[in-house]
Amino acid sequence: MSRVRHFDWRHTPGLAPLTVAILAFLYAPLLILVVYAFNASRMVTIWQGFSLQWFVAIAHNGDIRSAAENSLIVAVAATIASTLIATAGALSLERGRLPFGQGLVGGLVAMPLVVPEIVVAITTLVFFSALGMHNGLFNLMTAHTVFCIPFALLPIQARLRDMGGTLEEAGRDLYASEWMLFRRITLPLLAPAIGSGAIMAFVISLDDFLISMMVSSAGSTTLPVYVYGMMRLGVTPEVNAISTILLAISLVFVTSALLLGRKRRAT
Amino acid sequence: MGRRSALLLVAPAVLVIGVFMLIPMFIALGYSFMTANPYGGVQAPMTFDAYIQFLYQRDFDDSMVFAPDYIFIILRSITLAVATTVICLVLGLPVAWYIVCQNEARRRLLLFLITLPFWINTLIRTYCWILILRDEGLANNLLRWLGLTEKPLPLLYTDGSILLGLVYTFLPFMVLPIYSTLERIDPRLIEAAYDLYASRVAVFRRVIWPLAKPGALAGATLVFAPALGSFLAPDLLGGGKKLLIGSLIQMQFTSSRNWPFGAALSIAITAVILLVMMLRAWQAPRREVRL
Repeated sequence: MSRVRHFDWRHTPGLAPLTVAILAFLYAPLLILVVYAFNASRMVTIWQGFSLQWFVAIAHNGDIRSAAENSLIVAVAATIASTLIATAGALSLERGRLPFGQGLVGGLVAMPLVVPEIVVAITTLVFFSALGMHNGLFNLMTAHTVFCIPFALLPIQARLRDMGGTLEEAGRDLYASEWMLFRRITLPLLAPAIGSGAIMAFVISLDDFLISMMVSSAGSTTLPVYVYGMMRLGVTPEVNAISTILLAISLVFVTSALLLGRKRRAT
Repeated sequence: MGRRSALLLVAPAVLVIGVFMLIPMFIALGYSFMTANPYGGVQAPMTFDAYIQFLYQRDFDDSMVFAPDYIFIILRSITLAVATTVICLVLGLPVAWYIVCQNEARRRLLLFLITLPFWINTLIRTYCWILILRDEGLANNLLRWLGLTEKPLPLLYTDGSILLGLVYTFLPFMVLPIYSTLERIDPRLIEAAYDLYASRVAVFRRVIWPLAKPGALAGATLVFAPALGSFLAPDLLGGGKKLLIGSLIQMQFTSSRNWPFGAALSIAITAVILLVMMLRAWQAPRREVRL
């Protein structure tokens, strides 16, 4: 009864170190940024002790504050609009039967994910200028809503598919109206997914740079566009600090969205 | 749900994306056949100048001179996007397979770690590499400390640094689709192959790779398309001196003020990406028939 051949196919030599190396490749640069952000020295790369002074400097910078305000206004508006649109769309795509073009609709909704960002950016710019719309903040909200829709839609659609329709059918057998079904069964079960879709949309909007850069006008600069302007001028401790703040915001929001998504699996 | 409510519910999504994304594409297509307005925007008359500009330059005496500069930029962009895709595949496939082989808890953790960078601002992820690669950056300081170099090596503002930035940005796009196809693999297939005395290499070539291929193709599209149109990595890590198509398009709408040419370039890369996706769709059913 001797098995001569090594049989454990789940273990391929060399893959574990490779994966660790790839993860280090993905995270080490971010860690370096964060460490530099707390460096007291103005000469970014030479360590001269721990300091919060660059974060204080950021907090007192009026331009950064107003850019942050713009970012927040745009992100909140785009999140609300795109989450509402995506929830309705997901219900229709998963539960309804369109009279025509189900695949076509799905493809159209996924379009913002496929078309390169630079193309979205310039076609949106061309569109607003052709219509003579020059309200920067409003244009930004519209553009952000468009590309946030698929990101909000994905978790909601996945949850609807996981849930199956049995509970809704049970309700229907008990003569519940369509509205009652939605209020009492679908919406409560769907709420965590809608929450995580909304957070994803918020993060995507807050992080967007390229489309915002092309669409925003003088008074409506968003935070990433402003930070890009700072980066073009050179490496400074202030850039490291503001980048660290943006990084922290993304991490907190995305982790909470993914945790919400995990709760979904537990139910 | 009735057909009417289904239609009503999906209407906002279709309208918003149709009006603000599909129609703008057609407007851009129209703009690409107009004449540039030197103050930005376009004006009459209709011409093919924007497309002729890909290959020829209009000289002062109105004669056309062959000028391959733009074609070189386009070819360079395609080359870098292909290189990015290949490197991401070579690195991403083993990682995806490693994750598949782990238990549930570790799988979840590893997937989380691979997904997370996707949600972090690309601007900041790209900027991190400036900190590392610039002349007074971490890499050069380290090399000098080790005594390997006297003068700082020019690591930043090269094709290599652009490629590094692109791979760094898009690697998660490759791992995730490959993982999701390999996850469904039936372990008995691999055990059967081992029982039939297949070597590790043979198992990979004959069992794992054929099953991973649809995921690898999906990943390749997800990496190639955004890499081709990328702006930040070439701009920040390439120093904006060596142009790629993304920065070339952006320039036409800012400093160069040649909207028709910018629109034509956008149409061109959208066409390339549509072509790649159509090739994929055309290959997919054939593969299924062979199975």
